[in-house]
Amino acid sequence: MALILELAVQGAQMMLVLLLAPLLTGFVRKVKARLQRRQGPSLIQPYRDLLRLMRKEVVLADNASWLFRVIPYLIFAATWVAAALIPTFATGLTFSWTADLIAIVALLGSARFFLALAGMDVGTSFGGIGASREVMIASLAEPAMLLIVFSLALVAGATQLSTVAAVMGSPEVGLRVSLGMSMIALVIVALAENARIPVDNPATHLELTMVHEAMVLEYSGRHLAMIELAAFLKLLLYVSLISCVFIPWGLVTARAGPASYALGVVVYIGKLAACGILLAAFETAIAKMRVFRVPDFLGAALMLALLGTLLLFVSRSL
Amino acid sequence: MTSIVALLLWGVAAFLGTAIVAVAISRRGSATYLVYGVTLAISAVMFAIAAAGLTGDPAGVSTVTLPLGLPWIGAHFRLDALSAFFLVVVNLGGTVASLYGLGYGHHEPAPHRVLPFFPAFLAGMNLVVLADDAFTFLLSWEFMSLASWALVMAHHREQDNTRAGYIYLVMASFGTLALLLAFGLLAGPDGTYTFDAMRAAEPSRFVAAATLVLMLLGAGSKAGLVPLHVWLPLAHPAAPSHVSALMSGVMTKVAVYGFIRVIFDLLGEPAWWSGVVVLFLGGLTAVLGILYALMEKDLKRLLAYSTIENIGVIFVSLGLALAFKANAMPSAAALALTAALFHVLNHSFFKSLLFFGAGAVLTATGERNMEKLGGLIHRMPLTSFVFLVGCVSISALPPFNGFVSEWLAFQAILQSPDLPQWGLKVMVPAVGGLLALSAALAAACFVKAFGITFLGRPRSTAVGQAQEVDRYSLAAMFILAALCLLAGILPGLVIDGLSPVTLSLIGNRMPVQMAQPWLSIVPIAESRSSYNGLLVFVFIAISASLAAFVIHRFASHALRRGPAWGCGFPDVTPAAQYTAVSFAQPIRRVFGTFAFRAREKVEMPPPGATAPARLTVEIHDVVWETFYQPIAGAVRFATEKLNHLQFLTIRRYLTLVFLYLVTLLLVLALWP
Repeated sequence: MALILELAVQGAQMMLVLLLAPLLTGFVRKVKARLQRRQGPSLIQPYRDLLRLMRKEVVLADNASWLFRVIPYLIFAATWVAAALIPTFATGLTFSWTADLIAIVALLGSARFFLALAGMDVGTSFGGIGASREVMIASLAEPAMLLIVFSLALVAGATQLSTVAAVMGSPEVGLRVSLGMSMIALVIVALAENARIPVDNPATHLELTMVHEAMVLEYSGRHLAMIELAAFLKLLLYVSLISCVFIPWGLVTARAGPASYALGVVVYIGKLAACGILLAAFETAIAKMRVFRVPDFLGAALMLALLGTLLLFVSRSL
Repeated sequence: MTSIVALLLWGVAAFLGTAIVAVAISRRGSATYLVYGVTLAISAVMFAIAAAGLTGDPAGVSTVTLPLGLPWIGAHFRLDALSAFFLVVVNLGGTVASLYGLGYGHHEPAPHRVLPFFPAFLAGMNLVVLADDAFTFLLSWEFMSLASWALVMAHHREQDNTRAGYIYLVMASFGTLALLLAFGLLAGPDGTYTFDAMRAAEPSRFVAAATLVLMLLGAGSKAGLVPLHVWLPLAHPAAPSHVSALMSGVMTKVAVYGFIRVIFDLLGEPAWWSGVVVLFLGGLTAVLGILYALMEKDLKRLLAYSTIENIGVIFVSLGLALAFKANAMPSAAALALTAALFHVLNHSFFKSLLFFGAGAVLTATGERNMEKLGGLIHRMPLTSFVFLVGCVSISALPPFNGFVSEWLAFQAILQSPDLPQWGLKVMVPAVGGLLALSAALAAACFVKAFGITFLGRPRSTAVGQAQEVDRYSLAAMFILAALCLLAGILPGLVIDGLSPVTLSLIGNRMPVQMAQPWLSIVPIAESRSSYNGLLVFVFIAISASLAAFVIHRFASHALRRGPAWGCGFPDVTPAAQYTAVSFAQPIRRVFGTFAFRAREKVEMPPPGATAPARLTVEIHDVVWETFYQPIAGAVRFATEKLNHLQFLTIRRYLTLVFLYLVTLLLVLALWP
């Protein structure tokens, strides 16, 4: 019985991230529009977009290979598994030990690997430009991310997210310079990984500065729906990660009652909303960078993360 | 009873016998089948014996002494857990390479230049791992080098191959010289050449330091440590592809074996700073190797450079193991050494697979230059599928095997705050960052390798008519791809298999992994870190099929083929696609300016002129220019000066001899 309940909570977590992801993107768009004095599309517009894409026919390039048609599902699956492994409203779920933070980063790496390949499959210049820029950004963002993971693991003594969240929520952690550095670095990495301003503009098309949209330019219909959903999931994943590590309060421990689970979900949605507003405000306040300024931006994240880690190696209390 | 070593030595003798027979029959048509078939059988048997030796009693060490070699010591051979593991790697590689050779060998224009040396090369590698005294070790090492040199020179008429063979010979001799000196130091003034005597001796700190440096030069040059790697990207691609696979996937591992044998086994307790040296070289090698690979447009050279990166990753883990061992942290040392050995196994899987794939591409198109390939996924679907598996594995992406060893290495790095020395405390996180950087760059590199070669549209007519390769080659590649996946989803099996090795070298092992629920791997404790490749694989499979099912059940099925979007410009030529060089351009601009002093020059004709615009990229091989060119220049200068001596008259020669004799006599007379 207990096992069934635990599996149900695990399943609820998987469905929750899937259902909330488009809403978060819609929310960020709405807040951004309001900050720019526009009305903005409705909150549920991303769901409508997904449904519309699914109903449309697929226009496939003549020389697209089987890989091109399989990749959307692979990207979606890898991102979904990664997103479901991050504690959202509860820690210590049944399968939370399946992968630690390093593996979650690597799962996202797999998704990106295949997305970059998809960009190159049809053999147009757009796909190539997107893929080559994506791997350039990733080659800086991934080491920064792993150094952040090192810092967190050194503070918490674990790379297991449930343990990390539990330690971060405990009073003995307190304010630390290294954690502050890691947080800034993680935010920068999250902006880059999610193709947000100032690294990339998720709302643009046919502009030579674009990265993510250039790779998926040839996708249409149901394939595009899968890729869009994976992108929504990725944003949710990073927001959940930041909130579970740096604002870990309100997380329910495993095997709590249904009431505390419900409370946990409400708190989680509150955190998502807060992070969404901050993201929208940041994106409104800043302009997009030229593509070769991005390495400087990510280099700052890399340096901050490395400094944070070194500080921790020098002294465990900094 | 006949000991296991004796059985293995019979196997080596069988390899050598095959080589001799191959000399006689290699010009016959059936020779290819015969030689590769026999090497396949011998390797498979040797693999089985070695695997049995590994899983057997960890304390079981069997030795054999043959009355060969130096008359007063004989030739000693020994099988322990370490050599058994490396024999598994060598003979597994030999088995699949022979299987691949059954098909691939038929395309060889001059089989007599390859067939005799292939079994000899396998024999040499086996002998190095079995050797138990310095003389046998060096002799086998040199035999291995020479056999592989002959294979590098198999296509000696091709451009650059003779240069590759020459540089390989020079570097191999240099490496053997360093090894000779290292063993000389270990043997001490009494000349105890057996490994047992060296193990028992307590070398002084100076001798230990000098041995470490000499081993880094000797084994490191064979493995491809920066800055001794220069021969590797020339020699490995020059050989036929199944030999390239053996050289990159297996022979570099034999070099790693030599390093581990001497540093971990014979030298006794390491000093803490030896970890710093090895970590630094490993980190440097990993990042530089993969940056070189990214700049490369020749597919096989790209793979060879990526081998350098993987050697760097292995040496980083070995450096960690040394640091932990020196500080009496046996469980962390066991973790780091397991990571290194796991990566040794993984790299032998996927690098062989990738070289086989490159060989298949070479057979089908006659082309190694990625700028002329493209679109092969349509013509060679099976090859492209297994090549993709290899690319995903080598990029350290879950749920494949490359990720597991990287993950173990990261877990070992996270143990390092407990190290007492400041040098290590600062070094380890920095090297961890380098390791992460090299992993990310490796993913970029293999997106490029697969994307440019197999995706997009064909860039030349030969590619458009490519045919899928023969079934032997495909079978070899599919076996390796399956092994990549298996080692990735059942890592606990491999880790437990490696425990006798860490027990014998460190005296400790990782916790038993196969006893964990759901086949997870847990290096220390579950609350710290755990990873379950099987479940990750199952979850991805389930969610991907679920998504596909839902889409195909509820979404529209309509599908229309149309031309790709080329900004409204119809019929874009395939030459307009991204190429290997253009793909790497952003990374070259970020990293290349300091690593390669890369410069881009754009020549734009003035408006109205019809001259084409040109973009030239200038890349410097910094290592070659700083280390090797001065040496080569000095040697050339000296030879030119000494060359005058060749053209003297007889009178001048006699004068020279006379003066020399007088000088010698003076020295003798004045010597106290």
